Amino acid sequence: MFSEAKLNKVKEIIARYPQGKQKSALLPVLHLAQEEFGGWLSAETMDYVASLLQITPIEVYEVATFYSMFNMKPVGKYVFEVCHTGPCMLRGSDNIVDYIKKKLDIGVGETTKDGLFTLKTVECLGACGYAPMMQLGKHFREHLTPERVDEIINECRVNAN
Amino acid sequence: MGRKLLLDKAHIENIRYYDVYRANGGYESAEKALKMTPELVLDEVKKSGLRGRGGAGFPTGMKWSFIAKPEGVPRYLVCNADESEPGTFKDRYLMEFLPHLLIEGLLISSYTLGANSCYIYIRGEYAWIPDILEEAIADAKKNGWLGKNIKGTGFDLEIYVQRGAGAYICGEETALIESLEGKRGNPRIKPPFPAIKGLWDCPTVVNNVETLAAIVPIMRIGGEEYAKYGTGKSTGTKLISACGNINKPGVYEIEMNISVEEFIYSEEYCGGIANGKRLKACIPGGSSVPIVPANLLLKTAKGETRMMTYESLSDGGFATGTMMGSGGFIVLDEDQCIVKNTLTFARFYHHESCGQCSPCREGTGWMERVLKNIEKGKGKMSDIDLLWDIQRKIEGNTICPLGDAAAWPVAAAIRHFRDEFEWHVLNPEESQVRNFGLAHYADPLEIAAPATV
Repeated sequence: MFSEAKLNKVKEIIARYPQGKQKSALLPVLHLAQEEFGGWLSAETMDYVASLLQITPIEVYEVATFYSMFNMKPVGKYVFEVCHTGPCMLRGSDNIVDYIKKKLDIGVGETTKDGLFTLKTVECLGACGYAPMMQLGKHFREHLTPERVDEIINECRVNAN
Repeated sequence: MGRKLLLDKAHIENIRYYDVYRANGGYESAEKALKMTPELVLDEVKKSGLRGRGGAGFPTGMKWSFIAKPEGVPRYLVCNADESEPGTFKDRYLMEFLPHLLIEGLLISSYTLGANSCYIYIRGEYAWIPDILEEAIADAKKNGWLGKNIKGTGFDLEIYVQRGAGAYICGEETALIESLEGKRGNPRIKPPFPAIKGLWDCPTVVNNVETLAAIVPIMRIGGEEYAKYGTGKSTGTKLISACGNINKPGVYEIEMNISVEEFIYSEEYCGGIANGKRLKACIPGGSSVPIVPANLLLKTAKGETRMMTYESLSDGGFATGTMMGSGGFIVLDEDQCIVKNTLTFARFYHHESCGQCSPCREGTGWMERVLKNIEKGKGKMSDIDLLWDIQRKIEGNTICPLGDAAAWPVAAAIRHFRDEFEWHVLNPEESQVRNFGLAHYADPLEIAAPATV
């Protein structure tokens, strides 16, 4: 269940659309739900969102599974989403992915045993001029080098404690 | 120095904030427009010759004139900020650093179209930008540029920011509308076009961020003056996001009258190829436009200097030319592998196909698998013809242009770099340890003799 503040946020979002078009709030509300309920969308979470927007659960499932930012299974506390499309590849994103794999001892799509890190490769994030790069939470981390990756991993470990 | 219209004030400290933007001539275009009739504003936009900056290059004034105006039905303006074409990151720059330029553009555009609600649909991954936009919207509202009865004109406008959630296809205008309605981003069959039946079945105009921002300088200097910038039908300025193996990647505003060579090699722009390498190939308008080798990039097949304009970049059609597209300018140096680069694009389009049309859904995955084999040294000669055959069967056979966008990069890579693909097949082991290199791709071309009648 959302907090009172979050519920007010949902109301505010719904008010952006004409009467009866509250389904338009689905993507923003799913973002809120994912943030609030552990970084992924369980069936219970999606059913809850359906009830908030007065739509059927299947309308939520079909949307949640379509968009790549919604996680359908649990992920680590910090998700490294490394871009590997052309422009990043040209600037060495493969090396960055390999480095993170070795450093964290996980494969792409896997989570470290301590539940702290998940590694994903993703398609173009619109930071091609600042490649190689990754998304970490709300922000982009750009101009990646092995040293920069080390710093980011340390920063996450410190913040997690 | 090239003349600038969008980024002319980008260097001013704190220009992203209302007071600084206003003190530097901000919202003066809106003031001017709000004193004119919507019809007169539309005339200025038509006169400017502005073409859609998202990639398709459709004349903006014409698009606006198509909007239906049935009595009692709301109209909507939707700003397409779903920037997702690999190589493209210019709209991000505008929104991050000049949010009020966009808001002023949205105000003038909404006024012209008679839209009282405007939605900015921004790609979900740009997760920090909605905060910047919402702060700017709140400041604009506080100063009377949004809300009810704006500056006493009787015109009302609200602007809302909506985040996507990771889907390239939502940059296609009807998929974007579906997504804004809370659905999967499946493109709609056209007609009806959004101008007749768009968001919630109401008349809707969808324009790219850069297009809507360009309305501000058009109103400031007038449509006719704007049309004097650039060359021929490529009027005004264009933002180019340059990336790949160049010394100075970034977002540049160019007047459409400079050569490709100047753009790549001058210090004002890309600053040449990184690490002293040589230029091998370029994809000048985002991943979906045809890749061209160095020798066709700098000069057209007719031997003319290739210019940074819609017309010159597409000179020679797909046989020897390419496209301006979104302005996502991707440069490859001599050490880059064309097969590998093509593979990443094929994988991208496979990942991003919405799955509605079978030629795209099945074809993009098939191309990815075949390319992966060739790249890994497990390909056959017949695979190259197979790739050609698959892309031909995707192109033109899908509801939306994603099919074409997936087919073109593969087609162009084979068209111009077939010997590199063949080398991969014939040298499976060597291709795993070294690249084909520059080969002959920068050699001067023989100028084709003019066709005799």
